[in-house]
Amino acid sequence: MAYKKRYDGRGFNDTRPIEATAGVIKNADGSAHFKIGKTEAYAAVYGPRSLHPRFMQDPKKGVLRCFYGMMPFSGAGDRVRPGPNRRSKELCLVIQKALMPVLDLSAYPNAVVDLFIDFPQTDAGTRCAAICAASIALADAGFPMRDMVTAVSLGKVEDKMVIDLDYQEEAHEDGDVADIPLAMVPSTGEITLLQADGFFTADDLKGGLADIQPVVEEIAEQMRAAVRARYEG
Amino acid sequence: MYAQKEHTLAQLQKGVRADGRKLDEFRKITIDADSVATAEGGARVTCGDTHVIAGVKMALGTPYPDTPDSGVLMVNVELLPMSNPEYEPGPPSIDSIETSRVIDRGIRESHAFDSKSLCVTAGEQVWIVNVDICPVNADGNLIDIGGLAAVAAIKSAKFPEVEDGKVNYKKLSKKPLKLEHVPIPITVVKIGDVLVVDPTYDEWSVADARLTATTIEDGRLCSLQKGGDVPLTIDEVNTIVDLAVKKGKELRKLL
Repeated sequence: MAYKKRYDGRGFNDTRPIEATAGVIKNADGSAHFKIGKTEAYAAVYGPRSLHPRFMQDPKKGVLRCFYGMMPFSGAGDRVRPGPNRRSKELCLVIQKALMPVLDLSAYPNAVVDLFIDFPQTDAGTRCAAICAASIALADAGFPMRDMVTAVSLGKVEDKMVIDLDYQEEAHEDGDVADIPLAMVPSTGEITLLQADGFFTADDLKGGLADIQPVVEEIAEQMRAAVRARYEG
Repeated sequence: MYAQKEHTLAQLQKGVRADGRKLDEFRKITIDADSVATAEGGARVTCGDTHVIAGVKMALGTPYPDTPDSGVLMVNVELLPMSNPEYEPGPPSIDSIETSRVIDRGIRESHAFDSKSLCVTAGEQVWIVNVDICPVNADGNLIDIGGLAAVAAIKSAKFPEVEDGKVNYKKLSKKPLKLEHVPIPITVVKIGDVLVVDPTYDEWSVADARLTATTIEDGRLCSLQKGGDVPLTIDEVNTIVDLAVKKGKELRKLL
């Protein structure tokens, strides 16, 4: 079988429409709204503030703590039970690992920076949207960062490599589907998150990684524009 | 906190609020109904800097044994740590539970739903209506704004299609979740001897007492909840109830 046309008519290397805004949550020290298609994330940063329990403190640098949550009405099917679960805990872990390489918290020993990411609605690609929202929120909060980590998913539907799968594609039943979320430091091409589920070949991945770099740069530019817009005029 | 309270009270006694409002004046409210793509009904409501999203999810389930032909309504507020530096991750706090239950009671006791209309097969299958309310930015008065968002979300909700006894969430029917009444909770807080409507988070934090009164369109009350550590006089209760009727009318017009 061949996957000739995407369900929503996009080109194979096109993402869904993206909206990015910085500074949307007034109570937070930094915040962002990031929407890609119907997947919508809010990120809020609080801190640096004191970290308890104290054994979690790092005397050399601040600790970034991530929380990922889906609002109960954010799934297309049944209500999502609020609170952490195995999936959300793993996502918190990989999101934290994806962001830390660019973030400098050495000025805040023993302190914590809390990052909360919540989704009002989801349509696949949430960990990537979470990372993009988080990068904007951390920049909005004013932390020193080498770059803004940008994430988007690579994927394979039947025989075709595609970018930014939506739920309909993830659930495609007529052939194999692979979902390969990745996060990148746009200026260097370094990869800070890479996961995959589904079948694909080593050549698929090599080709995909080459194709995705300009897309990452485009998304990163939108994210930078969001931060700039917040501090202009 | 003590200094902040003294200052706030001194200003309020002169009739001055930090944001320039009158004591009985709401902040500007916006309602964006039917705005959550994954929910059967949803609303995004802002009131000043308070921003909440409410969503309705519907499921088929078994009725309670004592009400075999009635649907089930569940209202839940998640005080997301994202929305306020004082909120912490973890199991629901007592504030979150009280907020949920006060909004829930207002909707339930107003008989907003004809609960029989949520019955599919008596004793076996009924609709369970989950209304979840999540603040994005919590700047006070979450009971009123959450309650308003909940009603706006319910008003926009449509039943999902049922195929072979199972819910198909991909298809929404045209059938709305019919509201018989429009309950609006109004909370008035008492700071010192001053009564204030639509408190910001700073005002809420220094309040001595509060009373939430939920009214329906004809001005009747259907639920009350007194909160805080300080008692209210009979005169204060009467004033608050009158305010709740008046403000309830104003807010109902926005829906």
